[in-house]
Amino acid sequence: MNAITPRNAPENAYNFAYLDEATKRMIRRAILKAIAIPGHQIPFGAREMPLPYGWGTGGIQVTAAILGPRDVLKVIDQGADDTTNAVSIRRFFARVANVQTTTRTAEATIIQTRHRIPERPLTEGQVMVFQVPMPEPLFKLEPRLAETRRLHALGDYSLAQVKLYEDIAKQGESGSSYNHPVMVGGRYLMSPSPIPGFDNPKLHNSPALMLFGAGREKKIYAVPPYTSVESLDFEDHPFRPMRAPQHCSACGSATSYLDEIIADDQGGRIFVCSDTDHCAETQGL
Amino acid sequence: MRPAFIDPVFGAQEAFRALMDAMARPGRIQRCDVLPDLPEALAPAAAAALLALTDAETPVWTDATGEARDWIAFHTGAPLVADASKAQFLLATRAMPKLSTLDSGTDETPQDSATLIVQLDALAEGAGWRLTGPGIEHEHRLDAAGLPDDFAAQWAANRKGFPCGVDLVLCTGARLAALPRSTRIEEAG
Amino acid sequence: MYVAVKGGDAAISAAHAWLAQRRRGDEALPELSPAQIEEQLGLAVDRVMAEGSCHDRGLAALAIKQARGDLIEAAFLLRAYRNTLSRFAACEPLDTGAMRVQRRISATYKDLPGGQVLGPTFDYTHRLLDFALAAEGLPPAEPEEAEAASATMPRVTELLAREGLMSRDIAGGNETPPDLTREPLPFPTPRPLRLQSLARGDEGFLLGLGYSTQRGYGNAHPFVAELRMGEVEIMLAPSELGFAVSIGDITVTECQMVNQFAGSAHNPPQFTRGYGLAMGHGERRAMAMALVDRALMATEMGEEATAPAQDAEFVLLHADNVEATGFVEHLKLPHHVDFQSELEKLRSIRARWQADRDANPLAEAAALEATI
Repeated sequence: MNAITPRNAPENAYNFAYLDEATKRMIRRAILKAIAIPGHQIPFGAREMPLPYGWGTGGIQVTAAILGPRDVLKVIDQGADDTTNAVSIRRFFARVANVQTTTRTAEATIIQTRHRIPERPLTEGQVMVFQVPMPEPLFKLEPRLAETRRLHALGDYSLAQVKLYEDIAKQGESGSSYNHPVMVGGRYLMSPSPIPGFDNPKLHNSPALMLFGAGREKKIYAVPPYTSVESLDFEDHPFRPMRAPQHCSACGSATSYLDEIIADDQGGRIFVCSDTDHCAETQGL
Repeated sequence: MRPAFIDPVFGAQEAFRALMDAMARPGRIQRCDVLPDLPEALAPAAAAALLALTDAETPVWTDATGEARDWIAFHTGAPLVADASKAQFLLATRAMPKLSTLDSGTDETPQDSATLIVQLDALAEGAGWRLTGPGIEHEHRLDAAGLPDDFAAQWAANRKGFPCGVDLVLCTGARLAALPRSTRIEEAG
Repeated sequence: MYVAVKGGDAAISAAHAWLAQRRRGDEALPELSPAQIEEQLGLAVDRVMAEGSCHDRGLAALAIKQARGDLIEAAFLLRAYRNTLSRFAACEPLDTGAMRVQRRISATYKDLPGGQVLGPTFDYTHRLLDFALAAEGLPPAEPEEAEAASATMPRVTELLAREGLMSRDIAGGNETPPDLTREPLPFPTPRPLRLQSLARGDEGFLLGLGYSTQRGYGNAHPFVAELRMGEVEIMLAPSELGFAVSIGDITVTECQMVNQFAGSAHNPPQFTRGYGLAMGHGERRAMAMALVDRALMATEMGEEATAPAQDAEFVLLHADNVEATGFVEHLKLPHHVDFQSELEKLRSIRARWQADRDANPLAEAAALEATI
């Protein structure tokens, strides 16, 4: 029989990567179907994790289901490896899976992220795992899951198009600056998770596999490598990724996504890279 | 009874990663050699896929008989069903069942569709079909020997039902490649 | 060097050490043991077991201690622990008719077979702070009748059902019931899953919803047909045995709430019931659950569903306090990447707005006039 005995884990009371094997199988089945139907949300029996819902439990379950002893794991939150929640999740996997971790994007085989995609182009050997708070791209327009499921089945995204049209009519551009919905493979409207619009183009035809986990909402979805991902827009109002028009005050980058830091109480500001690894690499650290 | 994964945790993980990579990059061949001692009728890659994905919650159909069938029933714990249309996972060790007879899900729940694992005579990259679709940058070539003559037509019909449809895992020995429902197959001309 | 939220390892470790110190409090005072919590804060233990979906008084008490008395945090600890346990089997349905009753009341009949048993209740206590409890070492007075009643106590709703005045619940088949903790909730949600969801739902949320049905949001006219609390046997029928064996007793609280039903083309006017069941002693929870259970039947009964408590998606997806706490509190996590993109977006929209006005000062004057 498929064993469910705890083993090979530094914390003996738990299985490797915390989840029991039956739960991993259930998640793995969902992941394969998610890859086969790009952008479609697969319901799964998300479990309570020892970290709170809303703090990355979906991403953690996906990572736990795919992680193996040969993987090198990087965890970022807001682009940074040293934000507290990233540290906490990295610690969790170091503890329950004894896995090798890194802050270097280039060295990682699995990158779990909240709110960013690294600046360094991803490669075929890498898997991105996104933590997703609200997987349903239509939830602000239609909160009922039974109804949004029907709209996805019909491919009826007129609600989102009308909202975008109204935004443009009212304020001249789209109202969403992050978590801007995307069309995947020309079929499914998908929440890219709350990444800034700046990162949306990185989803398009990426060499890496992108997996999305929403624990509280109990959904998994995926964008396979080399798959078309288009930000929702209109021909005469094309989607425009935005960044602060400054240079990073640490590495000087004029192309990376920047965090704005309040430097003093006179309104003085400095800008630094949100991707800490990219910034360090550019500085030659 | 011949054994299952020597290491149940890492064996399953390795088999799953081969499947995940195969499904994410249709037509690319992955190796999965974690079952050294199997009933003769089972290909190591196919058996590993079944073991990694099925359990008491997944109805399985297979044409395997005797020791191979017993091995599957015992090690996966999955209920074996006689009606292929009721199965969530299928293992064809000989002729595969017609795709149109299998569960292809519904428009609202296309994920409820079957996954068909087929053992083939041979599988090779670089020649044969031209594959395009999600997971493929330009095109992948795959040569699969041992499928029914009308496979291309069956596949085209399966693909037409997207997002519904059956997903395929092709296995030879310890090697496997996948064809998710989104993949377009052009026969080599 | 800027720091912002980049705390890292050292900050987390320090915070955890501080938390442990706060948990212990003044070391001049004796440390609280889980056994003391289990015995003396028993209703807190019961609530944590119910919302933690795990019947283990000792672990619930430990969770309360670890959570410094934060009961939602304690329920979360218990849930996360429960999740690592193997699921062996489903027990037989509880026979609450055979309950060894410690408390049993009916509001619909003055007296009934088996009688009314007041039991250990806050009802009819005067809510005056009892300063005697602040002093230590005073044993409570011995109650006159502290034994559980052993007489059979037929359920009140069954008495009504025999007369045809009460709809009968459709008996479940022999199928293993669906399990909320294994599969995500489907919508529409079958009643077994609704009841599971309510049974572990946040007591305050259920209470507010139940209350709303009494105040006109859902058109309820409820009566407590029966509220009973006591010990029931847990029976398990392992497939290799072929018959059920008792694996122990647990305390539960059950509430059957009677409600009117106007009748339809197919069904005569009759009473219907809402059902509530809570692990341990949890009357407020069981009653609120019964009210909400009945409200959620609206669609099935052909009633107009207009109130929040009748909306299954709304109720069931927001009743879970472990999920709700996590998502509300995740707002504490850094969101500066999103906020930065909002800043840039707002700057861009404002610039466009200003450019429009500069290009068309007349429109500005008209707009100003309109606002006056």
